[in-house]
Amino acid sequence: MENELLSWGQIFASAMWQFTPVWGALALTFAVLIVLKNRLGLLGKLMDSPVGIFGLGIVLFWVFTAIFADFIITMDPIAQFGRVKNPPPGTPLVDPAGGYEYFLFGADHLARDVFSRMVMGARSVLIIAPAATAFAFMVGVTLGLPAGYYGGKLDTALSFIANLVLAFPVILLFYLLVTPEIRLTAIPTALAATLFLFPIIFFVTLFQTRFYTNPSKRNLYVGITLVIGLWAYAGLAFNADPLGIWSMEPNLLNVFVSVVFVNAPTVFRIVRGIVMDLKSRDYVAAGQTRGEGAWYIMLWEILPNARGPLIVDFCLRIGYTTILLGTLGFFGLGVSPESPDWGSTIDDGRKLLTLFVHPALVPALALMSLVLGLNLLADGLREESLKD
Amino acid sequence: MLLFVIKRFGVMVLTALALTFVVFYLTNLPPNLEKLARTEGSVRMTDQAVADWIVQNGHGGSVFGRYAEWLGVAPGWALTDEKGVLRGRCVTNQVQTATYCGVLQGNWGTSTVFKKPVLDSVIEKLGQTAYLMAAVMLVMVPTSLLIGVMSGMREGSKTDRVLSFFSIATTATPEYVSGVVLVAIFASATTGLSPILAEWGWIDRKTLFLGTATSAQDNITFWNFTLPVMTIATYGIGYIARMTRASMAEVMTAQYIRTARLKGATFRSVVLKHALRNALIAPFTVIMLQFPWLLNGVVIVETLFNYKGFGWTLVQAAGNNDIDLLLGCAVVAVFVVLVTQLISDIGYVFLNPRIRLA
Repeated sequence: MENELLSWGQIFASAMWQFTPVWGALALTFAVLIVLKNRLGLLGKLMDSPVGIFGLGIVLFWVFTAIFADFIITMDPIAQFGRVKNPPPGTPLVDPAGGYEYFLFGADHLARDVFSRMVMGARSVLIIAPAATAFAFMVGVTLGLPAGYYGGKLDTALSFIANLVLAFPVILLFYLLVTPEIRLTAIPTALAATLFLFPIIFFVTLFQTRFYTNPSKRNLYVGITLVIGLWAYAGLAFNADPLGIWSMEPNLLNVFVSVVFVNAPTVFRIVRGIVMDLKSRDYVAAGQTRGEGAWYIMLWEILPNARGPLIVDFCLRIGYTTILLGTLGFFGLGVSPESPDWGSTIDDGRKLLTLFVHPALVPALALMSLVLGLNLLADGLREESLKD
Repeated sequence: MLLFVIKRFGVMVLTALALTFVVFYLTNLPPNLEKLARTEGSVRMTDQAVADWIVQNGHGGSVFGRYAEWLGVAPGWALTDEKGVLRGRCVTNQVQTATYCGVLQGNWGTSTVFKKPVLDSVIEKLGQTAYLMAAVMLVMVPTSLLIGVMSGMREGSKTDRVLSFFSIATTATPEYVSGVVLVAIFASATTGLSPILAEWGWIDRKTLFLGTATSAQDNITFWNFTLPVMTIATYGIGYIARMTRASMAEVMTAQYIRTARLKGATFRSVVLKHALRNALIAPFTVIMLQFPWLLNGVVIVETLFNYKGFGWTLVQAAGNNDIDLLLGCAVVAVFVVLVTQLISDIGYVFLNPRIRLA
């Protein structure tokens, strides 16, 4: 019995069993969502749209997989087991060193477990993609608001730069920005130093405009933002955190910055468009008559009213960022060669694709399902937010 | 209209200059030049020798000056080295042939990978890619327009739901995923459909389609070209279809459609005669703007299926630090993007009589 492959049914059952914590968390989340449906606003309304529920389910599945990855994996995702190359799904491991006994989804050309790598890949993707998207939004919002609100020369200049970045074929830009050579220059650090400044500017302006009439509260909020922001800034952009908590490997920083850089102009254009539309509304005129500052109007009057399309775009953009990260991995420009992220795994597996399908197919389907979930979620959110 | 075109054209030239400069700057970073010196000269060169090599091969001096030389608006460099050999940008066989010889004069430099002029190899590879692009367009445009019109003409119907789900699913499938999935289904001798079909005796070969497109460079057949084309088309179909659907759905709620229905025209004739033409204006711009995206897809698919076209060349150039070739590819890519943007803008104005720019 030792050397027999698992049947497809057994593989399926074992894989489902490994995901137990995820099923539990999913059931709990949906129970809470359904019970509190009427009190959760847009998220509650999403429960009326089958497409939205389906999308949310897939996205949450991957989120929980990323969270519980340590409990789900059956083997060390980086270690190599045995000398057999590309064993098919369900192959038993001859000498199980205390670990799980089967390669559930087979193993790759270095005899690394495909299932565990896929699960761990979810973690690396779901940390980088939302974070990079959030940074891109900070940059896009901070620049798009004044461009749309003031218009004029500022708008012309910023739009020209945004169109410049957008006119670059993405792959060419990646090949230029994510190379080992460029890390010897100051360009990634300079880009990071510029892009990472925007979240700080955004939050400082946000609190300053809101609380400047109440100095004690203002000092508290702005102070906290500055301390945490600059601390993280020093660590992430310059790798100079005195406490060593915030740091990013140079390779990862390079990837992260490039992805933010590619996404920010699109967000800028969307925000600019929405602001140009909203600034002619009555409540903006009312704010101006009350003597509210321009930045207060932008951040506290216009931005909350633009949240619908922005939330939808945020979902779509995480998916798009996932695709971009996969593209980087596919061209071997990813985080590190050992990393289990999906793009790199697909790249590893594609060389022997016609002979051994499973090492590339598993991460490919994983990536596709996550992006599909995000797209469906965005579609559901769009439909529900249009109903008001 | 003329003023609009001129203005648009001016912005385009400015963008092209800025973009090519950025590419030039990034490809000519000092570490890249050092790497080039070590691959072209010798691996064991001292740092001093590397620095000398860089200067002697015209990579010294300010990056702006070199960009102007490369562009062909400044005189090309020329110098006589210690062996008394005249070398320079515009020098062939020790004779200075021209003062200016940059991209504008048609001198795109020499590729270090292919050992031949960049312009020749780029044009040759573009020819290969043109076949791929043409095939993709032939599949993608009709399919996506059909899906979009079908789902947009009765918004909210069952057909609409199914087709919309399909288009969302394809936009979630980047080329490197659909390529892998398609190969797994159609081109693997061990999994998917091929073993079953072979067993039934429906196909003579081992696989239904071929998992590599290298042979398509000489002879395009249904067998070796289907998968690359389908792979690129899949990602684009969903996007164009959704744009078409939105545009079609908007047109279907317009007053004149209701009028046409009320005067007794059949649904079929309303869709074909009244709605379709107006609904296709927006997709036109989207299709034009899809070209830069196709470029991405082309790079991925040509790498995945080993089809030696433009995208494959770009990857080779970038991977081997072939500066001139990468610059050449970048010029072509930027040109394609900007021209399609221009066509899309002008086309939109032409197609839509409501927009008349003074």
